Amino acid sequence: MWKFFHRLASPPHFYRLAATLIPWLMFPGLLLLAWGSYNGLFVAPPDYQQGDAYRIIYVHVPAAYLSMMAYMFMAIGGGIGLIWRMKLAHAVAAAAAPIGAAFTFLALATGSIWGRPMWGTWWEWGDPRLTSELILLFLYFGYMALRSSIDDIAKADKASAVLALVGVVNVVIVHYSVEWWSSLHQGQTILKKGGPAMDPEMLQPLLAMILGFTLIFGALLARRVRTEVLYRERRTRWVRKMVLAPEGGR
Amino acid sequence: MVDIGMGNYGIYVWVCFGLTLIIVVLSDWRARVRHKRVYRDIEVRIKALEERE
Amino acid sequence: MGADIPAQPGILAGLVAITRRDLLLAWKRPGDVLNPLFFFAMVCTLFPLAIGPSPAELMFSGPGVLWVAALLASLLSLNSLFLSDHEDGSLDQWLTSPQPLPVLAIGKTLAHWLISGLPLVLISPLLAMTYRMPAGVILVLIFTLFLGTICLSLLGSIGAALTVGLHRGTALLSLLILPLAMPVLLLGANTVSLAAGNEAYATGIWALAAYAIAALSLAPYATAAALRISNE
Repeated sequence: MWKFFHRLASPPHFYRLAATLIPWLMFPGLLLLAWGSYNGLFVAPPDYQQGDAYRIIYVHVPAAYLSMMAYMFMAIGGGIGLIWRMKLAHAVAAAAAPIGAAFTFLALATGSIWGRPMWGTWWEWGDPRLTSELILLFLYFGYMALRSSIDDIAKADKASAVLALVGVVNVVIVHYSVEWWSSLHQGQTILKKGGPAMDPEMLQPLLAMILGFTLIFGALLARRVRTEVLYRERRTRWVRKMVLAPEGGR
Repeated sequence: MVDIGMGNYGIYVWVCFGLTLIIVVLSDWRARVRHKRVYRDIEVRIKALEERE
Repeated sequence: MGADIPAQPGILAGLVAITRRDLLLAWKRPGDVLNPLFFFAMVCTLFPLAIGPSPAELMFSGPGVLWVAALLASLLSLNSLFLSDHEDGSLDQWLTSPQPLPVLAIGKTLAHWLISGLPLVLISPLLAMTYRMPAGVILVLIFTLFLGTICLSLLGSIGAALTVGLHRGTALLSLLILPLAMPVLLLGANTVSLAAGNEAYATGIWALAAYAIAALSLAPYATAAALRISNE
């Protein structure tokens, strides 16, 4: 078991493993998304309160969940990199940031579009989840800005890891403080997205979408980590050997 | 037959799904392009070094 | 041999020494203390000019405006927190000194708060009066700003330590710190608003106090780690 982790952390091994892994994540993920979308859009019955507008949750909820998960990858990767000086963990953290920012943006956009027919406005400050998600997007921007403004990769890794870890504490505080704040100012009743008890015909597509998005996230992450590993290892012997090999690498 | 218009909500739902598709495709495409660029830069540098020797 | 080595100063002595040094430096350059204060006062002047002098509106927006202005003013002086120490090599000395680095970070932050945070708290009642805040509310404002500026200084020291020695320091620092500072602003400003509306505001004060204590015990470690990384 230990040997497996040790090999996984070795850059050339990871580089090859990730290449074979990507299609195995990508295609089941796409299949699940297709199945989930079809059932979510056409098969699941309309919600008795929100009508057909609730179908937006089939993309909104997975996006919001991935925006959090990508941040966790960033922070945990940074933490492992800081404590055990594992370079691969830093590469994972660096790769997770732009994907997380993209999904955070998607969660914000779909949440806002959902709000238009439901609240009658594109943006509702009173909704704690939208506000928290916006602050999360700013955290991603700060993280990426810090990373891109430090030229030395090793230094950028460590500095951004500290920021990501501080940010995790912040995400929790933001969650609770925004909840408190919106409870003070709640003028209109805000509908809950999805009730507590969902019809299985509604729930199954949602679970499929969440799983599908997670697999797609894995594929995107693997692809980006490969690039990071390749760039960081550009002066090593294995990269040289791979590039000069007659069949060529990828 | 299914109702594509979904009452008055169709436009919102379809825009959300379309946006999702665009973002997923764009993320994957950008990752691919970046990988190719990094690979090509490294290839050019290593081959140039090789020829000099 | 052993007799030649001077006795190690204690941790508290180190803390006091570093705080005293920064206060002395600030005393020699009073602009560093006064500029953020002027900035604070001017931002507070901008809003009545923009939204009009109607007392009802001023009273309504006062807590928010004062808090936003305080947050921006505290960002203003952050950039220079570790800059001169980085340039003249004092930072290298601290990194190699036997004093624990987090304690030095507390000393620097404490000095920064005494120089930029505390004066801001002290002049805030004056500005609050121009916004027609009643005395009871001003008291709450002072108290939240007191706790809040401590939080902001501690958070800011992490950001300043991460960006020390970088070219695009100032803009980057704001980008890093503002999302972290948002909960502080939210708690502080809303607590004052609640007090202004004659509602129960104790929750906000407790939350701010909890935040300040948590930041006081965690932020110095993050600052110390960041200083080590930036100064490699």
